[in-house]
Amino acid sequence: MSLALDIAWSRPDFQLQVECQFPGRGITALFGRSGSGKTTVLRCVAGLERVPRASVRFNGEVWQDQRRFVPTHQRPLGYVFQESSLFAHLDVHRNLEYGLHRVPAAQRRIGFDQAVQFMGVERLLTHRADQLSGGQRQRVAIARALLTSPQLLLMDEPLSSLDLASRAEILPHLERLHDELSIPIVYVSHEIGEVMRIADHIALLDAGRVHAFGSLHEMLTRPDLPLAHLEEAGSVFEGVIAEHDPQYHLSYVGIAAGRLAISLRAVPVGQRVRVRIDARDVSLALKPPEQTSITNILPGRVMDVTDDRDPAQRLVRIDVGGRPLLARITQRSVAQLAIAPGTALYAQVKSVALMD
Amino acid sequence: MIASFYSPDDLVALWISLKLAAVTVALLLLLCTPLAWWLATTRSRLRVIGEAMASLPLVLPPTVLGFYLLLFLGPYGWGGRLTHQLGLQPLSFSFGGLVVGSMLYSMPFVIQPLQGAFQAVGARALEVAATLRAAPWDRFFTVALPLARRGFITGSVLAFAHTLGEFGVVLMLGGNIPGRTQTASIVIFNHVEALDYSGAQRLSITLLVACFALLLIVYSANRRGAEAAAAA
Repeated sequence: MSLALDIAWSRPDFQLQVECQFPGRGITALFGRSGSGKTTVLRCVAGLERVPRASVRFNGEVWQDQRRFVPTHQRPLGYVFQESSLFAHLDVHRNLEYGLHRVPAAQRRIGFDQAVQFMGVERLLTHRADQLSGGQRQRVAIARALLTSPQLLLMDEPLSSLDLASRAEILPHLERLHDELSIPIVYVSHEIGEVMRIADHIALLDAGRVHAFGSLHEMLTRPDLPLAHLEEAGSVFEGVIAEHDPQYHLSYVGIAAGRLAISLRAVPVGQRVRVRIDARDVSLALKPPEQTSITNILPGRVMDVTDDRDPAQRLVRIDVGGRPLLARITQRSVAQLAIAPGTALYAQVKSVALMD
Repeated sequence: MIASFYSPDDLVALWISLKLAAVTVALLLLLCTPLAWWLATTRSRLRVIGEAMASLPLVLPPTVLGFYLLLFLGPYGWGGRLTHQLGLQPLSFSFGGLVVGSMLYSMPFVIQPLQGAFQAVGARALEVAATLRAAPWDRFFTVALPLARRGFITGSVLAFAHTLGEFGVVLMLGGNIPGRTQTASIVIFNHVEALDYSGAQRLSITLLVACFALLLIVYSANRRGAEAAAAA
């Protein structure tokens, strides 16, 4: 399963040169500044933009090449637009049914009740679009797209027009979408926080070109890419809730490198979670720290040390249990501790954020 | 009561006016919907020519329009020869000719609201429908038409009222044949010519009230629509 793109398009004010193959599973984030061509790529995949001499193949099926162009309505995809896109002349129920009724019964894998429950829109069915909040509209739009039982879901910054509260209301649904329905998603975003939380892969777009493509872990921490140099740079780890400690008000998350303590959360033991560690919250020690207030200490080995934007700082990438951890420390500390690739050390993590 | 207020000739003329307006509007909706859709969506340079032609009847004196139609539809015009070859009577001086004239005369009143309404539907709603598996015709009938509903109401009512009040084209093209091509506005003219001011008054007040009522419908429908749009 995969999505293969080969797009070369030049207009006087804009050039798009994209040749890449996205995995046909998980969430692939198309990440880049506005104007980098993210939306155009997504529209090409959907067939909404008919770019000459482009090639789009999904799971070996040709959607577009030199001779063929499969129109949008014949591509088995779902599309969630940036702004509210509900039909104003239909209520929520009939908006949801619009796509459902146009898919042959034999191809339906997601039922009406299932999609409605999944996106939590049961109570909205009789409302008109103009009676809904921004977040509610976007949930209905996602449920409507799901009801076409798409083999590929395309999302164009679905949260960018929403306030923080509405985003928080939708993000958990997106994570579950990924876990439970196993529909591959291409997700356009320019919010690194969103991407860290839901993406499995990142394609970095810059000025119409795919600058780099890879797994979330790799892309966030690669020192030659801009993501590792962002103010909010950090690394992400998948883990499982291992244990709760009500006495100290802590929950423990087991990751490959060890165990991380977080503030007690009402998440059942055994639940898969994702945690984020900001580069600025990591300090390094050559010996196992003793008598320290830091609870989370991970042993690791330095992969590389790079200059950061601030000349006083260095970015250190450390292999902890097979995953890269990013630390931002001073150039002075690097010199004093003689930190170099291969150095074995201990990463002290001041703060771990559970992303849910 | 009605029969005592209007003369039999008045009633026949009113009936012809109503029939003419209804037939004109029905045919215009069929003809102008695809035309307005094309004007609203095309990127072709021909669009400006189409727009100018569709607006021409707004500024052209009705007598000019009627004159050319008379030449065209009369026995020696192209249209007239065509109807002759088809074994039909010439359209000039017939109800059919009035319909053709009224359609041209009232066309801008249907095209312009429809074009505006289709433009307001926008490309996005149709793209959304395409991603929900709707084929082009399906998108047109289930998304574009319902969303352009206000344009259809406005266009129909304006064209109906405008046809009711048509005078110059009818006079040039249809003459003044009672029971066939004599419309209410012509009868008013005849009454005035004959110095029958009360007769003219009866039909005039009827048309005045009818047209005002129709415009009330349009503006109240537009106002409700605008409020709904503001709430969305």
